[in-house]
Amino acid sequence: MFAKLMSGFLLGLVRLLTGAQARWHGCPPKAEQRIYFANHQSHADLVMIWAALPEELRSITRPIAARDYWTKSAFKRWLTSAVFNAVYVARQRSEDEDPLEPLVEALARGDSLVIFPEGTRSSRGEPQAFKSGLYHLAARLPEVALVPGWIDNVQRVMPKGEVVPVPILCSVTFGAPIALEPGEERRPFLDRARRAVMALREV
Amino acid sequence: MNSFLRTLTTSQQIGALFIVVFGVLSLATLWGFFRSLREHASDDPQAEAHAQKVKRFWGLIKTSWVMATVFWIGWALGDTVATVLFAIVGFFALREFITLSPTRRGDHRSLVLAFFVVLPLQFTIVGSRMFDLFTVFIPVYVFLALPVVSALANDPQRFLERNAKLQWGIMVCVYGMSHVPALLLLDFPGYREKGAFLVFFLVFVVQTCMLVQHLVGQRFPHKPVAPQVSQSFQWASWLAGVAAGGLAAGLLSFITPFKPGQALGMALLACFAGSLGHLVMKALKRDRGVTSWGMQGMSVTGAGGLLDRVDALCFAAPVFFHSTRWYFGL
Repeated sequence: MFAKLMSGFLLGLVRLLTGAQARWHGCPPKAEQRIYFANHQSHADLVMIWAALPEELRSITRPIAARDYWTKSAFKRWLTSAVFNAVYVARQRSEDEDPLEPLVEALARGDSLVIFPEGTRSSRGEPQAFKSGLYHLAARLPEVALVPGWIDNVQRVMPKGEVVPVPILCSVTFGAPIALEPGEERRPFLDRARRAVMALREV
Repeated sequence: MNSFLRTLTTSQQIGALFIVVFGVLSLATLWGFFRSLREHASDDPQAEAHAQKVKRFWGLIKTSWVMATVFWIGWALGDTVATVLFAIVGFFALREFITLSPTRRGDHRSLVLAFFVVLPLQFTIVGSRMFDLFTVFIPVYVFLALPVVSALANDPQRFLERNAKLQWGIMVCVYGMSHVPALLLLDFPGYREKGAFLVFFLVFVVQTCMLVQHLVGQRFPHKPVAPQVSQSFQWASWLAGVAAGGLAAGLLSFITPFKPGQALGMALLACFAGSLGHLVMKALKRDRGVTSWGMQGMSVTGAGGLLDRVDALCFAAPVFFHSTRWYFGL
């Protein structure tokens, strides 16, 4: 109940401030199993993609949250689990645990995921080199479509260190899905994925 | 007809006006609907151009319905709601404007100030009918406050350019737009509570001018005056548009406190300001390399932003408002 209200409130806020427009170039908004991967410039990126997806896709698409940070307080835990239905991952790698295991589990259940393969926010225009998580997921679950996304303008809405957001129109451009070629190496695949994201800037 | 209208009370007259507007819109919608029934998909090259035209027509119909409904709600719920509605329109217009002006990190605080302090304050001042303060608030006080906030952010790069853009955005989207509800609240002797007519008069006259200018320009293409800025702006069609606006004003003068001659003069002034303001906004768009405000993805499909629709009004309203006040000594 409160989760519904909260998600309605967040949706309204994001739409009021940014328009939360989705542009589908290369694939339709379809309810198939997907991993959306995008550039990461702001804390608001996740909320942007979440708000830009149509209702039917939003309910089956789960973001990823760092477990140590997002389960610290009851409110953070509630926000990530009840509102965003996030998948928790550990940031520190422990001996006996594969950090990708929760993601694979979620994908095995049929959910879609949103990931930011840069791993951290980059404030320069170009995304940093992608981390290998995307490659491992693609190798383990080849049937899941990998959809690149370019999030535009969000860093202008709320730059680092500011608390009040400014209304500026933002858009998320989704491109044609890519797939891991047979025998493709890790680095070439990650570079290709990064180029697919960057190509959407010009669309 | 005229004498019958005069026997009605003010709100009955305004109600009748809305019935006429919604009636015309319904007829246009029905006409478009029946025409769409007759059409078949075909592959000839004309079909595409035709499809574009049909799309533009439906876009226009949709905007008109939304605008008319907004006006109706504003009128039905009173002046306060109307003022808030225009504030919301100003907010969205300013959002579009700022999106296409490159701002830097250092502008953040001034932008927050513009959206969440200046805009609400300006419309609150309008709502409380402090017309003298509302006239000078932005040009005098905000003009000083915003660059101070920007300067404190310690970023001199392209300082003048960034501040000029923000100032312009506020002047057009907030200052200009706030003059529309100000018209609603203007007190003419013997013309109380009839501000809605004045707003309708202004909007109708300016829109007629823009529409006729567009249609004449398409039907009889001349050499554009400033082809780099606008392919469609030419003196002949512009004069035709202004004349049509004046004519509409003459016909509508009975709903205003003006005599027909005065209505004509006021309308010509508003049409001048509106159509030339539209040209200025086109130059700004060319500068940014876009064809319309609004979402970048949509401009390709031909559907424009909100600012494309209201920019003429933003320029016409202040001129109309202040010359009315000055001429009638209000």
